[in-house]
Amino acid sequence: MNSAVIVFPGSNCDRDIAVALEQVTGRAPAMVWHRDNELPAGTDFIALPGGFSYGDYLRSGAMAARAPIMRAVTEAASRGVPLIGICNGFQVLTEVGLLPGALMRNAGLAFVCRPVALTVENSQSLFTAAYQAGETIQVPVAHHDGNYQADEATLDRLEGEGRVALRYAEPVNGSARAIAGILNDAGNVLGLMPHPERAFEPAHGGTDGRRMFEGLLEAVS
Amino acid sequence: MKARVFITLKPGVLDPQGKAIHHALEGLGFEGVQDVRAGKLIELDLADGISESEIESMCRKLLANTVIENFRIERMESA
Repeated sequence: MNSAVIVFPGSNCDRDIAVALEQVTGRAPAMVWHRDNELPAGTDFIALPGGFSYGDYLRSGAMAARAPIMRAVTEAASRGVPLIGICNGFQVLTEVGLLPGALMRNAGLAFVCRPVALTVENSQSLFTAAYQAGETIQVPVAHHDGNYQADEATLDRLEGEGRVALRYAEPVNGSARAIAGILNDAGNVLGLMPHPERAFEPAHGGTDGRRMFEGLLEAVS
Repeated sequence: MKARVFITLKPGVLDPQGKAIHHALEGLGFEGVQDVRAGKLIELDLADGISESEIESMCRKLLANTVIENFRIERMESA
């Protein structure tokens, strides 16, 4: 798998995801700068990492969504290239319009940084193929703006189409219907607030996140 | 020419920050505040001849997230 990690000014999980992808795929991902206009030829997986791109100015993810590289990312996603947005990457995906809804300030107003229990709602997607539907996994979150909101019709559509991939199994941030991660309608784009790359090896305190990438690798190869 | 863009959360969208401000006002003893909604004010210094529709396009493409926010443009002719 030829993966690419998009690096924005203020990204701070870009190296974590790069290490995770290299461990799983055996190949170091291309680190692609936000001002570039093109992805490396043959890119077949893209990650938008966590962090605080552009200092969260205006809205979390708003500036990154308008960065030059995002045209190429959007174009690749529309061709079906798998794309994951983790934490700030999820915020960028909603801002650029690849996923519906918006991520607002946590209901409790505090930055939440701890391992949380998640329920895998859909185990049929590219990203969740290594899990069982209904399984509870432990993955850390670290965010201030993770409160997922969308209008009722959108939420109903996401649920009806099986596009809620992950749900919080405990109160975290006030997200509508406890949504932690959603898929686009084609199923090749996943946005999630929890950090699977931070639950990757036993030293992290758990390895539930690793299976996301192992499942993805198996699904695309 | 200057323009001001007022960005507010759509009615019905939860505003945790507004709620916190509301609680803080109550904590300070201010009574009779029924609700607080927080928003943003962005001031643009523009070349003459920038049309209303261009400013609106700026709002739709970047300044506001129309999923959750409304915007209002106020043009101020330079003195």
